[in-house]
Amino acid sequence: MSDPVLVAQNIGMSFGGFVALKNVSVSFARGKLTAVIGPNGAGKSTFFNVISGALTPTAGQISFDGRDITGTPPHLFARMGIAKSFQITNVFPELTARENVRVAAQALSERFQLFRNRDSYGALIDKADALLTLVGLGARRFNRARELAHGEQRSLEIAMALAADPKLLLLDEPTAGMSPEETREMMNLIARLAEQRTIVLVEHKMKLVMGLAEHLVVLHHGELLAQGSSDDIRNNDEVKRVYLGQGAVAVGGRA
Amino acid sequence: MTSIDLTAPRDQPHWLDVASRYRVALTLAFLVIFPWITPYEALAVNILVLGLYALGFNLVFGYTGLLSFGHAAFLGTGAYGCGIAIVSYKIGWFGAILIGTASATLLGVVMGFLAIRTRGIYFAMVTLALSMCVYYAFYQMQSLTGGENGLRGVNLQTISVLGVSLPFINPTVKYYVILAFVAVAIWLFSRILASPFGAVLEAIRENEERARACGYDVARTKLVAFIISGAFCGLAGALNAIHLSIVPIETLHYTTSGQVVMMSLLGGMGTFFGPFVGAAAFLLIEDVLAMLTSHWQLFVGIIFIVFVLFFPRGIWGSLLQWAERK
Repeated sequence: MSDPVLVAQNIGMSFGGFVALKNVSVSFARGKLTAVIGPNGAGKSTFFNVISGALTPTAGQISFDGRDITGTPPHLFARMGIAKSFQITNVFPELTARENVRVAAQALSERFQLFRNRDSYGALIDKADALLTLVGLGARRFNRARELAHGEQRSLEIAMALAADPKLLLLDEPTAGMSPEETREMMNLIARLAEQRTIVLVEHKMKLVMGLAEHLVVLHHGELLAQGSSDDIRNNDEVKRVYLGQGAVAVGGRA
Repeated sequence: MTSIDLTAPRDQPHWLDVASRYRVALTLAFLVIFPWITPYEALAVNILVLGLYALGFNLVFGYTGLLSFGHAAFLGTGAYGCGIAIVSYKIGWFGAILIGTASATLLGVVMGFLAIRTRGIYFAMVTLALSMCVYYAFYQMQSLTGGENGLRGVNLQTISVLGVSLPFINPTVKYYVILAFVAVAIWLFSRILASPFGAVLEAIRENEERARACGYDVARTKLVAFIISGAFCGLAGALNAIHLSIVPIETLHYTTSGQVVMMSLLGGMGTFFGPFVGAAAFLLIEDVLAMLTSHWQLFVGIIFIVFVLFFPRGIWGSLLQWAERK
């Protein structure tokens, strides 16, 4: 892994007396889809919040493109090129789908422009429409976000994350709460996006990412349990042990 | 994502969208004929000025989602700034209005800086506490502000506009002079709402965490909105000072902060024209009820509760919603 985009070194995170992460070191390769998996309570969400800037780790260091970014305020993460989608649907409910993406795209350039009309930035609107089409919401762009189905809102969120032209896209359980069909569509979308982008995907359901992710990172009880290719992980005895009874390892294959 | 497309791009825009595009012109057209449909002109001026106060408040409350309980400080500082400039420093009326507005803007910087990092009920409490500080500061500066008696003598018999002398004492002249300022404010306000910055405010109101994740500096954006809101409310205060010829100390009282919350909720928060509807409704209810009963405040309270419970969008907001469905 010669050119990592994001490096987490010896990350520790404790909340009061509770240790959520202990000495986790992971490098995320540029241009690849990396999945972070682990059973419930493994520390996946905490780890996601640390690498996406929502939490500042209590120990260790995060570097992005070779720069130490530990402790940078969350709103600057997006401007540096790290975009995320949330585990819980997180959109602007009363705004149209197009406005959701447009305002996300606008954050790169026009944050304190008070006098021009927002409609005069045609490039931002075109970009929003293109991204909505990419995630399959082209026809829904005039609907308010709250009128969209759950799966559509998750897709909208991904379009919003992409609007920042991220160098790194972080997805936190993008299929949580989805129907099987929605899950399939979402995983197809992620596979398409992964062709050209660097993606880190945090996922509870191991079978979804087996075969799709080029690199897997397994967390357990806040510690790094294993990492490697799908085959490495599938054949790892430690991983089998912690996932035992969940029937996830045996399934494998492409989602 | 089905094949049935219920939501194809709208070829024919809804008439409300068209109306919204011309919201400044429509609002001004209404305000120009407004004094002809009110029972007396002083009421029209009151509604105009308090409408502007509610408009400025609406920027933080309706569009950014911040409930401030201290906006009386801006109305009062604008009024005292303008009044003191005229009474104590003999500054011309136009300069005095600018001074009043600038003072309130400056206060917005200070109050915003102290309050903006708090949220929800804490923001309301901090702004309330700061506005009480402002109240006592003006109360204590008796030589300048007249203290308890209020600032008297902001009398403008005639004003000179580009060399032409106008009888400001004439209610019709007064209305249209004040409307000229309100018109500029409404136009500016509309531009700000339509700007990319206005889009960020809405995004923050809708989902602060998401706006931050998009890369927006939420605290700074809120601060700028708070300052701009203070400027608009300060202008309303300055205009109120020359309208009433006096600045009552009650202008700074926290009940004045409560009034603007009521006007916003009555009119419809987050709507462009709602503040004027709210100001008109509030003043009319007050006028009519005060004629009928000395316990009018009780009934204002009941009406207010009915609105919060059953018409949270307010009068104008509910009308818009009804029209949208048609």
